[in-house]
Amino acid sequence: MSSIVKKAIMAVSGFMLFGWIIGHMTGNLKVFQGAEKFNAYAEFLREMGAPLFPESGVLWLVRGTLTLALVLHVWSATSLTLINRRARDKDYETRKGVQLDYAARTMRWSGYLIAFYIVYHLMHLTWGNVHHNFVAGNPYANLVSGFQVVPIALVYIAANLLLGMHLYHGLWSMFQSLGLNHPSYNLWRRYFAVTFAVVVSLGFISVPVAVLTGLVS
Amino acid sequence: MKLTLKVWRQETKDAPGALQTYEVDDISPDYSFLEMLDMLNERLEEQGQRPVAFDHDCREGVCGACSMMVDGQAHGPQARTTTCQLHMREFTDGDTIVIEPWRATAFSIVQDLMVDRSAFDRIIQAGGFISVNTGSAPEANLMPIPKDVADDAFDAATCIGCGACVAQCPNGAAQLFTAAKIGHLSLLPQGQAERDTRAVSMVEQMESELFGSCSNFRECEAVCPKAISIDWIARMNRDYLRAKLKGVTRR
Ligand code: FES
Repeated sequence: MSSIVKKAIMAVSGFMLFGWIIGHMTGNLKVFQGAEKFNAYAEFLREMGAPLFPESGVLWLVRGTLTLALVLHVWSATSLTLINRRARDKDYETRKGVQLDYAARTMRWSGYLIAFYIVYHLMHLTWGNVHHNFVAGNPYANLVSGFQVVPIALVYIAANLLLGMHLYHGLWSMFQSLGLNHPSYNLWRRYFAVTFAVVVSLGFISVPVAVLTGLVS
Repeated sequence: MKLTLKVWRQETKDAPGALQTYEVDDISPDYSFLEMLDMLNERLEEQGQRPVAFDHDCREGVCGACSMMVDGQAHGPQARTTTCQLHMREFTDGDTIVIEPWRATAFSIVQDLMVDRSAFDRIIQAGGFISVNTGSAPEANLMPIPKDVADDAFDAATCIGCGACVAQCPNGAAQLFTAAKIGHLSLLPQGQAERDTRAVSMVEQMESELFGSCSNFRECEAVCPKAISIDWIARMNRDYLRAKLKGVTRR
């Protein structure tokens, strides 16, 4: 399969993950409306689609699609990395980046770190097996008590800064990979990437910061 | 000017190579980079040593032969400039300059700074042309082409196939070269008939030569002596993906 097709798979799966991230971030902000609304929202996610779909049916459909997108995203990244390694059998003694930006250069590492973070995050706030005081069915309480542990809040903040950096390159790069370019909107691709990288990153980070500062308790 | 050069010396393709240090003085700031190397070579010959092998031909920035990494940058520090057009006034007295060959699996080293770029020729052979019957040249105005389209196609066609894009790319990818060669034909009416097969054949030839993939680092356009934009790569991706969706296979 051509690397161009693999890049297209990376772009499309990345865009799906991005779409979900926007939803997740928006949902998280409900924490500012208090425990009742936040927990009700979590409950709604489970009942979404009912009665047409069984309880949690739609939720699992979304989870399945996302897992597939994540697997494709990581698979294409790994496969392209191998192609790129093979393409330069011996490296330079000196090399200089000319307009290579930090986010682009570290996509691989930000990507793998985010993947680890996702697993940790699920174990922490979804399954609760690494949470020190997990209360099933009360996501608000879990979130607050979880983030009151400073190192954990810092891990979340760092991970979401990484996510912002990953999106900064990825959201722009996606257009290139899919061949979506035209002089009339090329500039907007950059604005789009910067805006959403910042919005997503700050949106997610606002929650642990709010807990740490006592705004949410 | 007096300079310290660290030049990659390698006898043959598979021989081990290493950077060798040379002190060169009496360099005029008006010398081109290649003239500076000529001077080094004259002195090496006087001392009975083998001169440094490097590619060059036109020495006026149009042939693309003069391939070398100068201080970790393809064709050296000046933008939009081939090595032959780079002048020693860009450097300062006492500088140490590292000179290495292009490095890519697809470009094997012939000797010292000289690499084999015939992989590029094979990409062109795979489809970088239009099939027409030869004969006398047709009347130029028979086929109306808007000025801006002709200009854009010309921008891509200025690619001199030097390989700086591959050399600079952290992935050793030949996307900018291939995209420029696909792009200038895919813009013009004469290129339409073979547009899909051309994109598929050239891309797949490029990949079978073991060039890397594009991570949108934009390093290629930064060092391209003709400042060819990565917009061409997006266009190539579009052409390739569309051809694939239509089920087109390579020639
Ligand atoms: S020698 Fe021809 S471009 Fe430099």
